[in-house]
Amino acid sequence: MERVPLERKVLSENDRIAAELRARFQEHGIVCLNFISSPGSGKTSLLERTLASSPRSERIAVLTGDIQTENDANRLKVYGFPVKQITTGGTCHLDARMIERHLADWPLNQLDLLLIENVGNLVCPSSYDLGEEAKIVVLSVTEGEDKPLKYPSIFFKSDLMILNKIDLLPYVPFDTTLVVENARKVHPGMEIVKVSCLTGNGLDEWLTWLQKRRQARKETQAEAVR
Amino acid sequence: MHELGIANSILEAVRTEVSRYPGQYATKVCVRIGELSAIDEEALRFSFEVLSRETDLEGLQLEVEFCPRKHRCRECGEVFIVRDYDIRCAQCASLQTECCGGDELAIAYLEVEEYGTSAVGTKSTE
Repeated sequence: MERVPLERKVLSENDRIAAELRARFQEHGIVCLNFISSPGSGKTSLLERTLASSPRSERIAVLTGDIQTENDANRLKVYGFPVKQITTGGTCHLDARMIERHLADWPLNQLDLLLIENVGNLVCPSSYDLGEEAKIVVLSVTEGEDKPLKYPSIFFKSDLMILNKIDLLPYVPFDTTLVVENARKVHPGMEIVKVSCLTGNGLDEWLTWLQKRRQARKETQAEAVR
Repeated sequence: MHELGIANSILEAVRTEVSRYPGQYATKVCVRIGELSAIDEEALRFSFEVLSRETDLEGLQLEVEFCPRKHRCRECGEVFIVRDYDIRCAQCASLQTECCGGDELAIAYLEVEEYGTSAVGTKSTE
């Protein structure tokens, strides 16, 4: 018997494609964000609000993943930005190859911001790097305060947690202090924004976060050119 | 339930690797799974068995090495296992610690054997 050391990542093929995508996004100065949540937490609503508040001259595009239907793409297309649906046909997450394939006919030099809405799932998408600059986890107040403890991987790997549906707080037993505490237990110092995509409450804070990211990218880009 | 895809990636990696050892076959693969990797060991074992059944890799043993979340202290350099989300340094109690382990999803090693010798996990020819 012989033991062969491998020390190789199981998803090395996905990671290789993701690294290529990341390099391309950097080359073109694109901020790419990967939105992850349970089904029904409000990823699509958040993207609708984000697109609705952006001038049409902004260079934004959206990839939205679902197991079946074009519903989300149809909802998002009305804002006038390029939107493409990725139907996985059963797969519970997006992977880097799907992103690569769906970006093939989009000229990246005409983009500044790429928003990727993952398949609704708090577990599997956390394993697959899509070449994004940051993962954003969306949680709604109709879910439990202990979600960050139950699904630590995604809360650990996300730069920002968006707590959605805060308009429902008067009607549901949900302790926002506790959820913040739990999220920061798993991910110390995690940034958290509370919003309601229904009333628009708190969205300014999210849009400011997004603007800061885009500004930082522009500055890095200018630095690189110099 | 992405363990099926993970198991498939592991088996593919084993096939690629074992093809570099002519006259030998794989008996065991050891996979490192971190606490933060979002992989369920039972589901992975089930997928692994189903996918390897009636293939060239039938009988291949799967060993799982579980890796707890580890942090390194920025103040004193201590590396410690994080229990119950307590990220304070076990040595100096500083809160300035950073994650340095626990999201592993890697193939650690493979065991191969020459054809004709008795295999681990399969019946001896005697």
